[in-house]
Amino acid sequence: MTQTTAGETRFQTTIDADDKVEPRDWMPEGYRHTLIRQIAQHAHSEVIGMQPESNWITRAPSLKRKAILIAKIQDEAGHGLYLYSAAETLGVSREDLVDQLHTGRQKYSSIFNYPTLTWADMGTIGWLVDGAAIVNQIMLQQTSYGPYSRAMVRNCKEESFHQRQGYEIMLTLSRGSAEQRALAQDALDRWWWPSLMMFGPPDSESTHTEQSMEWKIKRMTNDDLRQKFVDMTIPQAEYLGLTVPDPDLVWNVEREHYDFGDIDWDEFWTVIKGHGPMNRERIQHKVGAWEDGEWVREAAIAHSEKAAARAADTIDARGAA
Amino acid sequence: MSYSVPEVPGQDIAADDAPRSSSTGWPLWEVFVRQRRGLSHVHAGSLHAADVETALQNARDVYTRREEGVSIWVVPSGEIHATDPYDADAMFEPFADKPYRHPTFYEIPDEVGYM
Repeated sequence: MTQTTAGETRFQTTIDADDKVEPRDWMPEGYRHTLIRQIAQHAHSEVIGMQPESNWITRAPSLKRKAILIAKIQDEAGHGLYLYSAAETLGVSREDLVDQLHTGRQKYSSIFNYPTLTWADMGTIGWLVDGAAIVNQIMLQQTSYGPYSRAMVRNCKEESFHQRQGYEIMLTLSRGSAEQRALAQDALDRWWWPSLMMFGPPDSESTHTEQSMEWKIKRMTNDDLRQKFVDMTIPQAEYLGLTVPDPDLVWNVEREHYDFGDIDWDEFWTVIKGHGPMNRERIQHKVGAWEDGEWVREAAIAHSEKAAARAADTIDARGAA
Repeated sequence: MSYSVPEVPGQDIAADDAPRSSSTGWPLWEVFVRQRRGLSHVHAGSLHAADVETALQNARDVYTRREEGVSIWVVPSGEIHATDPYDADAMFEPFADKPYRHPTFYEIPDEVGYM
């Protein structure tokens, strides 16, 4: 018989009651590691996700679109910060997390390793990529770890704007000239499959799903989330008059879900392993920005130390007088 | 945006992401936001900043981009002192042996009306 400690019992009781685990509670090391890995990857995705969009800031078609795009990218930075803070409550430092991203030891979503070739990509990313993010994050609001759940509640409140602005871009393009409609269709053609891959490998090959479901870190499996996304998105594509690039897509009357074609998992693994179209450039840019900012981080610390020393001198001088 | 990124076989990072105790970067601050006048400041999250001025500015940018607040407090995280979660049962169990602290403990005849 295995000996169960008070901490283990309390942890299991919390999980069974659908209650939240909080930072100072006892938790299994595997639970802590799984959360650090998942939250860090989520944070890194938010931060790297700013790059494909910032590519279009200077070329946004109007001042309104430019302001919206900047606000959206600022939100992504904010989402990264909420998530890094949640990860830090598990006893890992920000520097370690950033270092693990820079050295390739932690990953980010494969979707951001694809290039943003046209303005229509800004619409498609908002509509599909943020749409997929919402499906995942709504589920994660119910995650068993308190700080992660709270970060997700905050994210979800802001994410809806992202998806709606993207869909509105697609709507404008699809109601525009033949050239604009072609841009919209081309973007959908390129982003559809990578968006479905965002939910991760099929349940049959997902090594973490079972344990994560038991710990209630995840509340739905990759395949269930993917199905939910497809079911939601197809009517939106039809409204735009665009065609999803999947000849096998069909409404299944019995299941009351869409059946869809096979995902190219070889492509998925190639991109995850670092061989996607933009992997190298994304990390190079990120590391470059970190190194360029070194003097700012140092100067800010130097300034705060000087200010503290000056304040101490003033107090000493008053004491002497 | 986000996502479920699977672990690549052969790239086990468990040993690397073990908790580390110290951080060499900017100090950590806890952020409390008053949503509107008349309400208390409520914990919103945390952030890193070199000093109190930048902590307040960063808190505004990170936690109040959509009119979530009218006032912000920042407190160095190390200055927060908390009860021990393991003592929670003993610390917060007054109801079990002191039900008379609650109004429903007392029976007042209906004729007396609302009290």
